Amino acid sequence: MSEFLQQLLNGLSLGAIYALIALGYTMVYGVLRFINFAHSDVFMVGAFIGYYLGKLVPENTVWGGLVVLLAAMLGCALLGMIIERLAYRPLRGAATLNVLITAIGVSLLLEYSGQVFFGATPRTFPAVFPSANYAFGSLVISSNQILVIVVAALLMVALQLIVYRTKIGTAMRAVSLNPKAAQLVGVNNDVVISFTFGLGSALAGAGGILYALNYPSIDPLMGVMPGLKAFVAAVLGGIGNIPGAALGGLLLGTVETFVNGSQWSTYKDAIAFAILIIILLFRPAGLLGKFTVEKV
Amino acid sequence: MNSFSSFVGARFPRAVTLLAVTVSLFILTACTREPDAITLGHYASLTGKDAAFGVATRKGVLLAIEEINAKGGVLGRPLAYLVEDIQSKQGESATAVKKLISRDKVVAVIGANASANSLEAAPICQNSQIPMMAISSTNPRVTEVGDYIFRICFIDPFQGAVLAKFAHTSLKAKRVALLTAVNSPYSVGLSAVLRQDFTARGGEIIAEQKYNEGEKDFRAQLTALRPLKPDVIAITGFYAEAALICLQARALGIDVPFIGGDGWEAPQLIELGGKAVEGTYYSTYFSAENDAAEVRAFVKKFSARWTNETPEAVSALGYDAVYLIAAAMTNAGTTAGPKLRDAIAATKNFPGVTGQTTIDEKRNSAKAAVMLTVKNGRSLFFESVTP
Repeated sequence: MSEFLQQLLNGLSLGAIYALIALGYTMVYGVLRFINFAHSDVFMVGAFIGYYLGKLVPENTVWGGLVVLLAAMLGCALLGMIIERLAYRPLRGAATLNVLITAIGVSLLLEYSGQVFFGATPRTFPAVFPSANYAFGSLVISSNQILVIVVAALLMVALQLIVYRTKIGTAMRAVSLNPKAAQLVGVNNDVVISFTFGLGSALAGAGGILYALNYPSIDPLMGVMPGLKAFVAAVLGGIGNIPGAALGGLLLGTVETFVNGSQWSTYKDAIAFAILIIILLFRPAGLLGKFTVEKV
Repeated sequence: MNSFSSFVGARFPRAVTLLAVTVSLFILTACTREPDAITLGHYASLTGKDAAFGVATRKGVLLAIEEINAKGGVLGRPLAYLVEDIQSKQGESATAVKKLISRDKVVAVIGANASANSLEAAPICQNSQIPMMAISSTNPRVTEVGDYIFRICFIDPFQGAVLAKFAHTSLKAKRVALLTAVNSPYSVGLSAVLRQDFTARGGEIIAEQKYNEGEKDFRAQLTALRPLKPDVIAITGFYAEAALICLQARALGIDVPFIGGDGWEAPQLIELGGKAVEGTYYSTYFSAENDAAEVRAFVKKFSARWTNETPEAVSALGYDAVYLIAAAMTNAGTTAGPKLRDAIAATKNFPGVTGQTTIDEKRNSAKAAVMLTVKNGRSLFFESVTP
């Protein structure tokens, strides 16, 4: 029983990170209907911002950790907006495929410039937040795991509030529904899209820091696998749907952890992806997604 | 040109040789005045996750080559050195070795650290009849590729036996759990021998959990091992994962000793693992803390050359590999592939900094292993083990 609870906890903390990255994929998809493959590399840049800043602030302090977290989110938001401005905006109105391929290009550009600027050797991420382990019987939970789950939950709630309770959120939903009509009623599409990228990238930055705190070995290709998993999580939950991304992330993290702890650990990814295929067979729009016919 | 004149030298009487040498010298002076350098090729991961090994090896290799050249080179010719970066990627080794052999015309190849990389390159060296000396590729299959493939280190069965004996005798463990990197031939091989030898000694392997290299989350596997209460956990993979596993195990309240093979040997183990890797043990080829005179002399030269750095085990192996090949060239009197191969294969009790090396009939090196332990952020010499 305690092993089950421990695995559940491990799975939830891994899933929370997947969920954070998945939110970025799903938001951009919701507004622009395209997959921003560079998202997982913004995640990596977030971890590296934390790595360099973490050396400047005192280690193991809450405020130091928060400064690093906020700075990484801010830096990534800026990077996301720059990417959107330089790479995606010129292609607005072009076929989705062109934008998709550009996204892959930006992703590779970030990965390999990362190898040039940061070096390819794995770095050790500093312990920016104070860390401790709490034991409840044989159930052990680390403060970093709690931090991941709490920060992820807070950010998801904040995101939900922004999208449904604020003016800019309303504008985002309007652009998502019909960009031309939104423009006609006075929404500045460019600002809204830029904001969406900034918000999504900030979440990726937060994800990068939280991931690096839990797995303190970072390198320029660290975003590839978590990015892929988060993308799967977003599809699993119903791409374009914010609670769906969170649900998909948690589900994927938990399943992966349970398989990993069993004797079939070698088939971990195979089983995770098989579940994705089965769910999509029965619910083609994902768990919480609404099925809509694509208008051509 | 050079291989031609030495070929002649081996078959014909002295006068003819002299004539041939004069003629070839005449032709040679037309293009170069210096004697042609003997080129040694080296492929290693200088970047990427295995970079720690490749970079450390290169430093040892380069030191040996510089020393040999300072003493006048081999066969009256200086040694030249070419290194190709395989970027810790699968598939790069084959390309690198093809380039070294066909374009750069190297006479011998110093091999990679990871067995997977050496296995890729070995068939190419074998087909081109260029001897290859693997550095720390301990998987037995490497030298089974063919008779041109050698290694300067011991092999997994030997290392597995060392770990089994160490766990059984020195740590007095009865129940050992294994963590194996299933996508690494090195780790799979080491785990298999450890299991076999430890069981043969009357111990019990209570569980084996698997992971993939490059993964970062091992809490699931560790949580599954925790209720089984093993005496010792052996991680047979490499340092990056080993350090993360130790970190996550300590966080989960697992406080048994961890042991591992030479894949752990890198400064990053301690940098990344911090307090979590204290009290862990790993086997390797060489310890800079060893009091033997040749080791002390090597450590001194190495830190003079590389601004106060201490040599890693792979640096010492790289250093020995160059000297062993150079000695074989001198004995063979030529750099031609087949003759050089025979000379390397005939090496007996070669005195190196990693101990006396004898190349056995399977082209492996027989030598003793050392166990290191991590204490106060440093890897210290624990004991020397022969199984």
